[in-house]
Amino acid sequence: MRLPYRSKLAAASVLAVLAAGAAFADPVPDAELVVNEEIELVTRVAPGPAVADVLTEVYSGWLYRESETRAMQMDDFDNPAMVFVDQGLDMWDTVDGTEGKSCASCHEGIESMKGVRTSMPKMNGAATDLWSLENFVNDCRTERMGAEAWKWNSNDMKNMTSAISLQSRGEPMKVSVEGAAADWWERGKEIYYTRYGQLELACANCHEANAGYMIRADHLSQGQINGFPTYRLKDAGVVSIHQRFVGCVRDTRAETFAAGSEEFRALELYVASRGEGLSIEGVSVRP
Amino acid sequence: MANDVKPRVKVPKSAAAGEVVTLKTLISHPMESGQRKNADGTLIPRSIINRFTCDFNGVNVIDIAIDPAVSTNPYFEFDAKVDAAGEFKFTWYDDDGSVYEDVKPIEIA
Repeated sequence: MRLPYRSKLAAASVLAVLAAGAAFADPVPDAELVVNEEIELVTRVAPGPAVADVLTEVYSGWLYRESETRAMQMDDFDNPAMVFVDQGLDMWDTVDGTEGKSCASCHEGIESMKGVRTSMPKMNGAATDLWSLENFVNDCRTERMGAEAWKWNSNDMKNMTSAISLQSRGEPMKVSVEGAAADWWERGKEIYYTRYGQLELACANCHEANAGYMIRADHLSQGQINGFPTYRLKDAGVVSIHQRFVGCVRDTRAETFAAGSEEFRALELYVASRGEGLSIEGVSVRP
Repeated sequence: MANDVKPRVKVPKSAAAGEVVTLKTLISHPMESGQRKNADGTLIPRSIINRFTCDFNGVNVIDIAIDPAVSTNPYFEFDAKVDAAGEFKFTWYDDDGSVYEDVKPIEIA
């Protein structure tokens, strides 16, 4: 009688493990992201045209995180990125460069940046190039302020993009993929589905085919960029979109494209179009 | 004075008499430990916040001695019992003698 009992026990524990695994493989089913108990953010939407044929629902990365991490983002005091937003706000009013201007000299209050982050990246004024938010900031600095351009992933730049993104918090992502941007979008899409590196991984292998599963100790999300710039607990600092791209491509053991390169701007446009309708989370918190 | 020092405090706007409320404080500060060396190999001098206090209507709530192992942007969260309306006063003491203060009122609902 001993043996059947043992095998029953073994079968029961296998079932328990499977059940726990299945529960953890998906985004949290019923969490709602409300910041400061007043700003309701959209973390699940029906797929936009870019992903209608490959995803059944679009999820913010917030839904894939542990409850403690999710809670940090729900209160601006607990959100460590707000320290850097404050520094960006100070910089907004700081005069720099030969023209004696600050951002506020032309744009006045930073509230005027409301909605800007939702349409990034987009074609520049002359429609000759696809620009990310960083390009627009540097264009202002060099052309209007007579100041030096900031490096893409410098603290000054990330503080500023964090402060600007926060103004659009709660607004839905909506990039334009029409006209001249269409070629960039195609290029970004090709990069998304191209396998890179010794591990031969494309963005889609993890973030489309295996979103929700674990890659070693990490819970794979859909790789949406609506939460960027994001505060990464691992780095104890703010991380830009391209910085994250570099990290991902590096993890495939490839030589990566540079932050700010044409390739990553094209990819940024394509990935942004995949997240159409998700709320900008301004500065999010991720592990 | 260290650069970019900015205190931030979160105190509920009101509380019931006798209620225990949670206070959260954070101050942006580099908290240079004095152990690190710069590119030339010379020691970067210590520059930290060495003491933090909170008073409620003149009565001390908490008094913390801080040592160099505490990391950048020190965060303290603690509870205080509120018997009457009044003011929380938060004070941070820098190594260089600077004192940073913040005051938050609380009402009895």
